[in-house]
Amino acid sequence: MAQKRVLMKGNEVIAEAAIRAGCRNYFGYPITPQTEVMHYMAKKMVQIGGNFVQAESEVSAINMVYGAASAGARVMTSSSSPGISLKQEGISYIAGAELPAVVVNIVRAGPGLGGIQPAQGDYFQATKGGGHGDYRNLVIAPASVQELYELTVEAFNLADKYRMLVMILGDGTLGQMMEPVAFRDEEPVVNYEKPWACTGRGDRKEHNTITSIYIDPDVLEKKNLELQEKYKVVEENEVRYEAIGLEDAEIVITAFSTCSRISKNVIRQAAEMGIKVGMIRPITLWPFPSKIIAETAAKSNVKAFLDVELNAGQMVEDVRLAVNGQKPVYFHGRMGGNLPTQKEILDKIVEIHKGGNV
Amino acid sequence: MIDFSVILAGFGGQGILSAGKMAAEAALYEGKEVSWFPSYGPEMRGGTANCSVVISDEPIGSPVINDADVVICLNQPSMEKFEASLKPGGYLIIDSSLIHIQPTRSDINFIAMPASDIASELGNMQFATISMLGCLSKATGCFSRDSFESSLKEVLPERHHNKIPGNLNAFDKGASYAK
Amino acid sequence: MAIVFQPTEGLTKKPLHYCPGCNHGIIHRIIAETMVEMGILNDAIGVASVGCTYNSYEYFSCDMVQAAHGRAPAVATGIKRTHKDKVVFTYQGDGDLASIGTAEIIHAAARGEKICAFFVNNAVYGMTSGQMAPTTLLGQVTTTSPFGRDASYQGYPINVSELISQLTGAVYVERVCLTDYKNIMNAKKAIKKAFEVQMSGKGFAFVEFLSTCPTNWGKDPLDAMEWLKEKMIPQYPLGCFKDTTNEEVKA
Repeated sequence: MAQKRVLMKGNEVIAEAAIRAGCRNYFGYPITPQTEVMHYMAKKMVQIGGNFVQAESEVSAINMVYGAASAGARVMTSSSSPGISLKQEGISYIAGAELPAVVVNIVRAGPGLGGIQPAQGDYFQATKGGGHGDYRNLVIAPASVQELYELTVEAFNLADKYRMLVMILGDGTLGQMMEPVAFRDEEPVVNYEKPWACTGRGDRKEHNTITSIYIDPDVLEKKNLELQEKYKVVEENEVRYEAIGLEDAEIVITAFSTCSRISKNVIRQAAEMGIKVGMIRPITLWPFPSKIIAETAAKSNVKAFLDVELNAGQMVEDVRLAVNGQKPVYFHGRMGGNLPTQKEILDKIVEIHKGGNV
Repeated sequence: MIDFSVILAGFGGQGILSAGKMAAEAALYEGKEVSWFPSYGPEMRGGTANCSVVISDEPIGSPVINDADVVICLNQPSMEKFEASLKPGGYLIIDSSLIHIQPTRSDINFIAMPASDIASELGNMQFATISMLGCLSKATGCFSRDSFESSLKEVLPERHHNKIPGNLNAFDKGASYAK
Repeated sequence: MAIVFQPTEGLTKKPLHYCPGCNHGIIHRIIAETMVEMGILNDAIGVASVGCTYNSYEYFSCDMVQAAHGRAPAVATGIKRTHKDKVVFTYQGDGDLASIGTAEIIHAAARGEKICAFFVNNAVYGMTSGQMAPTTLLGQVTTTSPFGRDASYQGYPINVSELISQLTGAVYVERVCLTDYKNIMNAKKAIKKAFEVQMSGKGFAFVEFLSTCPTNWGKDPLDAMEWLKEKMIPQYPLGCFKDTTNEEVKA
């Protein structure tokens, strides 16, 4: 049963959701605009007998995550773009050692120190690697505070299920804003057995080891192939998206997270002008909902796609790969921490609809 | 009501962020969709604070406001910064105890109310923003006095409920300035 | 015939891959023996690091986690905070601990993490073939100080035990060597003490082992041992730098 809606900040909801999902280990380092996750954890973890450590660096924080995950714990860290760059070493090791962990990136504008306002410039980093080696993270992009809650709980289940890192990719808007959220009375927490964890050997005959190093090329290749097999299973089972009005849409917007919620309101405005606009909102950025995009591109009612992002055009590459030349794919992006307005997006829609070269 | 938007701005410590939250809570009590978005990071250094509140019957797109229905200002720099963000016909509500300039625009509704003087008379400077919420409520109807009262009861811990009458008093004094 | 020496169950049966004359084997052995003697083998979780001992998880028979270069103290922090009743130790070399992992070791000590760090100092990067380490002696020739370490060009060696002992969170800090039976037994005592400090919940324990690297020093095992005594010990004096186990825990 859902409880009454309460007004809460996105960052605090992430922390609360993690605790509700059974996370008792949080390791972090301060950075704007995700600090409230830390503040909430610093207080709550002590109250409920969990662990909160303010690490000396992002590098150290992610390695504490690695340690706690090795020990079988549900564990989370959160940061924002420059801090996530520092965590990439540990993220790659977590992938290599097949450890479950949740990493939250409340994205700010880059590159470098960039700015502290919302952005989606870390799409490539989140979905295409970030660290070294052939690996994937499951990347989830919530679009509201309610979704931050529900998908953060889910992230812990998915991490344990696949023994992989799940990244919550938010942005400064989602982290900083307050919105109503309705908590469930009971969380759908799935408790996975972790016989592989380093908990002390106890009565076990063999000792457990957690490692990502395989010096023998044949052994490493086999390990990598196993990882790829696992990723295939994830691709088959965990693609999530929201589709709106694809039955009769002439123009289909692709957008995730903050951009999707702004774009959604444009659909209504466009309809008032007689333009049928639909939307595909990837909820998982990896695995990417390529199939529905490809199928939509093949439909005769669909004339074009418009991809809207807070960057110079990153997810649009995946959209184009999925559309595969069947229809034109246009792009509208804002950077530096600016958000597109509904009017900007609507103007673009009108232009595309007129058949102009956009 | 679709995306009714309010910007509140002033000095840090005037209760800007919490006043915005109270407005959002009141609208939430009415079953509306609401969002609250603060200024954060270096933007807050130098002592200024602002927040954006959106109230809507529909899911809210952007919590960041480009054209506001209402701008509430508690200091002059905020008024100079945010007057331009108002929609034509929007409300500019200022604390005339602290701001002594006139708006440059003539296509807006201008309400000057001595919010800080009201608060000072009531013996609690936090009531300045509360009185301006009263004016906001009365002038635009974006949330009702009843919802404001009910949401206070919900949000405040029981031990602070004795503060509610004082808040409502400030709210009502502010409402009397609404045109 | 009486059995006078046999394998310890603290180590697996896998043959060690270390070079002849390297001290890692001795250090592995005495840590493993100590765990067995203290009855903590089944409660221990070790953290292997990067360097020659990257795969020490294959040798120690307790649960083992392999960490990224320099990060073992952070990894150990995550493990220990999860399992407060277990015994957690790191095993790190000088490149790992004193160079890339300086921040991690200093802050684990400063936090008073209830872990043991076993630090093997052989004054050189072994695994990557003999580069200069932070602990390389002045004048010492390595592949990246081919004309000898020059203070004006490459700075000075870091005395890690002395550094760590300055931190309140570090409860026990000792430097030992393994040049003869007496010193080996002394090192074993230090290991035991470090585990005891952790198990008493008092704070961070640190043992530095001066160790040889005949291969990268270009010496035979005996000469290497002599060089350690003649050159390393003057720079890195043996002894206990800190022991506050009997002091009240500071609030």
